[in-house]
Amino acid sequence: MTTTVMPPALPSTSTTPDASPRVRVAVRALDAYYGATRSVRDVTLDFMDGQVTAIIGPSGCGKSTLLRCLNRMHETVPGARAEGEVELDGTDIYGRGVNPIEVRRRIGMVFQRPTPFPTMSIRDNVAAGFRGMPDAPSRREVDVRVESSLRRAGLWDEVKDRLRDAATGLSGGQQQRLCIARALATNPRVLLLDEPTASLDPLSTQKVEELVYELRGTVTVIIVTHNMQQAARVSDRTAFMLMGDLVEVSPTSQLFTAPRDERTEAYITGRFG
Amino acid sequence: MNAPRTTGSQRAAIERTGRTLGRRRLTNSIMLGVMYVAAGLATLPLVFILVHLVREGASALDANFFTKMPRPVGEAGGGMANAIAGTLVLVGTAAAIGLPLGIGAGLYLAEQGSRRLASTVRFLSDILNGLPSIVMGIFAWQVLVRPVGHFSALAGGIALGVMMIPLVTRTTEEMIRLVPASLREAALALGYARWRTSLSIVLRTAMPGIVTGALVAVARIAGETAPLIFTAFGNQFWSLSLDQPMSALPLQIYAYATSPFEEWHRLAWAGALVLLALVLIISLVARFVTRSRFGGGHD
Repeated sequence: MTTTVMPPALPSTSTTPDASPRVRVAVRALDAYYGATRSVRDVTLDFMDGQVTAIIGPSGCGKSTLLRCLNRMHETVPGARAEGEVELDGTDIYGRGVNPIEVRRRIGMVFQRPTPFPTMSIRDNVAAGFRGMPDAPSRREVDVRVESSLRRAGLWDEVKDRLRDAATGLSGGQQQRLCIARALATNPRVLLLDEPTASLDPLSTQKVEELVYELRGTVTVIIVTHNMQQAARVSDRTAFMLMGDLVEVSPTSQLFTAPRDERTEAYITGRFG
Repeated sequence: MNAPRTTGSQRAAIERTGRTLGRRRLTNSIMLGVMYVAAGLATLPLVFILVHLVREGASALDANFFTKMPRPVGEAGGGMANAIAGTLVLVGTAAAIGLPLGIGAGLYLAEQGSRRLASTVRFLSDILNGLPSIVMGIFAWQVLVRPVGHFSALAGGIALGVMMIPLVTRTTEEMIRLVPASLREAALALGYARWRTSLSIVLRTAMPGIVTGALVAVARIAGETAPLIFTAFGNQFWSLSLDQPMSALPLQIYAYATSPFEEWHRLAWAGALVLLALVLIISLVARFVTRSRFGGGHD
C-alpha cells in the first residue's frame, strides 16, 4: 500500500456517467425530520454499484442525515423520522415488514470518531458484526473472515501478531480502519462513511482515503465529507447539498471543474461554507 | 507586553497588583493550611477507629474466633464462627436480590432516561436510598416475619437486598451514562438489536464501574444491624438454613457489646475488627477491578 491516491480519472467527459453501472441504492423523494425540523428536503438520488459517491456541503446541510437515512440509523434518534423511499437493489428499505436490523446488517457504517468496542480484542471487534447472529459461524470460519476483513481494510500486517490485544490500544487511524474492517466483515453491499477522517491526522487520513479508493468495485461506498479535496481525491461522483436540498450530483471531475449550478460553483470556489 | 512605554492605566494596574500581591499570597497560604488540616481531620476518625479496634480486639482474635462457636457466659474462649458464616449467607442472599434488580433498574434508567416513568423511578429510588435502616427492619418484620410467625435469615437477606437496590441502581445508571453514545450507535449500525446493544456492548463496557458500585453496596450492607434485629434476629447456634434465625457479625457485636461480661466485650471488639477487615477487603477488590480495564475476549 505505497501507492498514493490518484485523482479519479473518469474516462468520459460527457454529462451522463458511464452507461453500464447499475443503481445500487435509489433515493426517491426523501424527507428527513428531527421533530418538526425538516433537515433533508425531497432528495432524489441514485448511488451506482461499485462506485464511490461523495456527499459534500457546508455544516448542517443535511448530508449526514441523508447518509443515516440510507441504513435507517436516522430513526434511532428520538423524535427523528424519514419519509420517502430508499431502495436497496430494488427493495424499499422503508417498506412494510422490513426489519431495520436486517437493513443495517447489509449496509455497513463508519462514523466520524473511531468506535472500537473497548471490552473486545481486535479479533472480537472485527467479528462483532457477524458473530452471535442466528447463523453463527465456526471458530475457524471466524478466523478466516477476520483475516480477510482486516486485509481488505489494509490493517492485517499491522495487527496480525496482536489480534488478542485490546482494540483501544491501537492508534486513532488504526482504530478507524479497524472499524472499516468490522463493517466489511458482514459483507455489506454498501458502505456508508460519515466523515471518516475528521478526527484523524493527515497520514492516517491518507491511508483511509487509499483504502476507500481501493474498495471501489467491490463495494458501493458513500462518503460524507466537508473536505472538498477529499471528495475530489476519492470519489467517482459527488453530490452537493445545501440547506437540506440536493443541489447537484455529477461525476466528480465535472462537479469540480464545470458545475452546473451556480450555488455549487459558489461553494467549491470558497465563496461561502 | 512589548510596547516601548507603559501607559498610565497600565502603570496603575501594575502598582495595584504589587500592593495586593502580598495579601493574596498570605490568603493563599492560610487557605491552603486550612484545607490540609481539613483533609487530615477527615481521615483521622478511620485511623482512631482502626487503632482502637486493633488494641481492644486483636487479643481475642485467634484461630478459635473463626472456627469456634460462642460459649456460655463464664466459660473462656469461644468464637463467632456462626456469625461470620451468617453474615456471608445474609450478604449473599441480599446480593442475589439486590444486584439483578439494581442493575436492571439502572440499565432501564440510563437507556430510557427521558421518559416520565424513569424520572419517577429515579426519584423513588433516591427516597428508598435515604430510608432509615430501622424503618426497613420494622417493615420487613411486618411483611416477612409476622405472617410466617418466626424470625428467618431469608427475611434479613431480603431486607438487606432491598437496601442494596437503590445503591446499585444509582451507580449502574451513572456508569452506563459514561459509555459514549457513539459505541451504541456503532453497535446499532452493525445490525445489533437494541437489547443486544444494551447487554453486550453498553453494559459490558460499563461493567468494571458497575462491579465496583456493587461491591461498595455489599460493603455498606454487610455492616447493617438495624434491619437484622427484627428479621434474622441472631442465633447462638450454628445454622445455615434460610428459614431459621441466623447470626450475623453486627448482631453478635451488638449483643456482646451490650452484655455485662468482660470476655464478651473483647469478643465484640474482635468481631468489629473482622467486620471492618471484611469491608476493607471488599473495597480493595473493588479498586482492583476498576483498574483492570480490558476484560479480554469472550471465548
